[in-house]
Amino acid sequence: MINKADKNITDVLSQIKDGATIMIGGFGTAGQPAELIDGLINLGVKDLVIINNNAGNGDHGLAKLLKTGAVRKIICSFPRQSDSWVFDELYHAGKIELELVPQGNLACRIQAAGMGLGAVYTPTGFGTLLAEGKETREIDGKDYVLEYPIKADFALIKASRGDRWGNLVYRKSARNFGPIMAMAADITIAQVSETVELGALDPEHVITPGIFVQHVVQIQPASPESASPESASAELSNTATTATA
Amino acid sequence: MNHTSYTVLTRDQIAERAAQDIPDGAYVNLGIGLPTKIAQYLPDDKDVFLHSENGLLAFGPPPAKGEEDPELINAGKEYVTMLDGGSFFHHGDSFAMMRGGHIDICVLGAFQVAANGDLANWSTGAPDAIPAVGGAMDLAVGAKKVFVMTNHTTKTGDPKIVSKLTYPVTGKNCVDRIYTDLCVIDVTDKGLAVTEMVDGLSFDDLQALTGATLIDATNSK
Repeated sequence: MINKADKNITDVLSQIKDGATIMIGGFGTAGQPAELIDGLINLGVKDLVIINNNAGNGDHGLAKLLKTGAVRKIICSFPRQSDSWVFDELYHAGKIELELVPQGNLACRIQAAGMGLGAVYTPTGFGTLLAEGKETREIDGKDYVLEYPIKADFALIKASRGDRWGNLVYRKSARNFGPIMAMAADITIAQVSETVELGALDPEHVITPGIFVQHVVQIQPASPESASPESASAELSNTATTATA
Repeated sequence: MNHTSYTVLTRDQIAERAAQDIPDGAYVNLGIGLPTKIAQYLPDDKDVFLHSENGLLAFGPPPAKGEEDPELINAGKEYVTMLDGGSFFHHGDSFAMMRGGHIDICVLGAFQVAANGDLANWSTGAPDAIPAVGGAMDLAVGAKKVFVMTNHTTKTGDPKIVSKLTYPVTGKNCVDRIYTDLCVIDVTDKGLAVTEMVDGLSFDDLQALTGATLIDATNSK
């Protein structure tokens, strides 16, 4: 009997070791798996390579992970924000490595990994600083840059609902990188607001088929979908100890 | 040289002018910042489908106060609503729309535009600056038409339309039209063709504020 629905964040995350490469879903804070990130911080692993669209906002979530010094390198498209002070300070101090990738290349390189492709030719970035040193090719009169897949040991993503076979649906603009990171990473851990019975998710509407997902963890945030990070941390310690069937 | 007096367009007026060139049924991506104003000037009798890189198609105006949903934001991380007929999709599909030539028009800001249509809008090249690029390069290469909305000169009066970029390039030969607070310019094989100027501005005065050779095409419209 397969049951990918897990109740204990700490147990699920304990398989992550020092030096792991981890994709983290989210566009800004929308779709960022705050509770899984807090669990990762509590785990205390270090030397991590993180893949995300940004490099953290404010002082919570991904920013807090960076602040602990756990992250060696971040692969992202837009680190600089009005509230990216944590990243900014680490970067200027030479304490974090940055690989800047145009957002569409980030997406298609992640997809390429999940799709088993060896490489992709993309027109994005041709002739720019971000294509320096890379192979290029003209195909049918258009110029392309050769880009390689971005792979990961783990993906931490936020979905809306999931079932025990790992099928996932998402919520609005919180979807963003979730489905493609789920496809790409060796082990996908999805936090959901609600785990549902098999059959509750219409096969027509499943966004991430369970084949791509290894763990579905139900989270109870303090308020639906818009939990403040502080209350989410409080709930996290409650969730870990008061697991329901 | 006789300098006539002229009034520059406001940001809203540039947006309003650019909105006039967006046809019914167009799939449009409005870049963060100034270009997003265009949404306010799209007339009700046109269906214009706004695309947001983070996975929205046919999103609508901002929600009423108290109805903001942190999981319904646009590329600029502002709250939006969805129109009936809107859709959500993941990042792979979103950038497929952009890179695969499905977006009819994207409107971007610029640090500089070169005479051949090279665009610089992601980096000033300052050595200490933290680099960030987002979806700018994808939009530049992928959209069927690239419009730029920008002031004609910098705050210190330097031209932003130049013969060659001095800032790092976002996309090569990609800009089709430039809307500034002084004029509208089509980027053509023959060069930068000025099709409109604000009242009272002479072509010579406009040329003096521009760092590349302009062609006077105002009478051929």
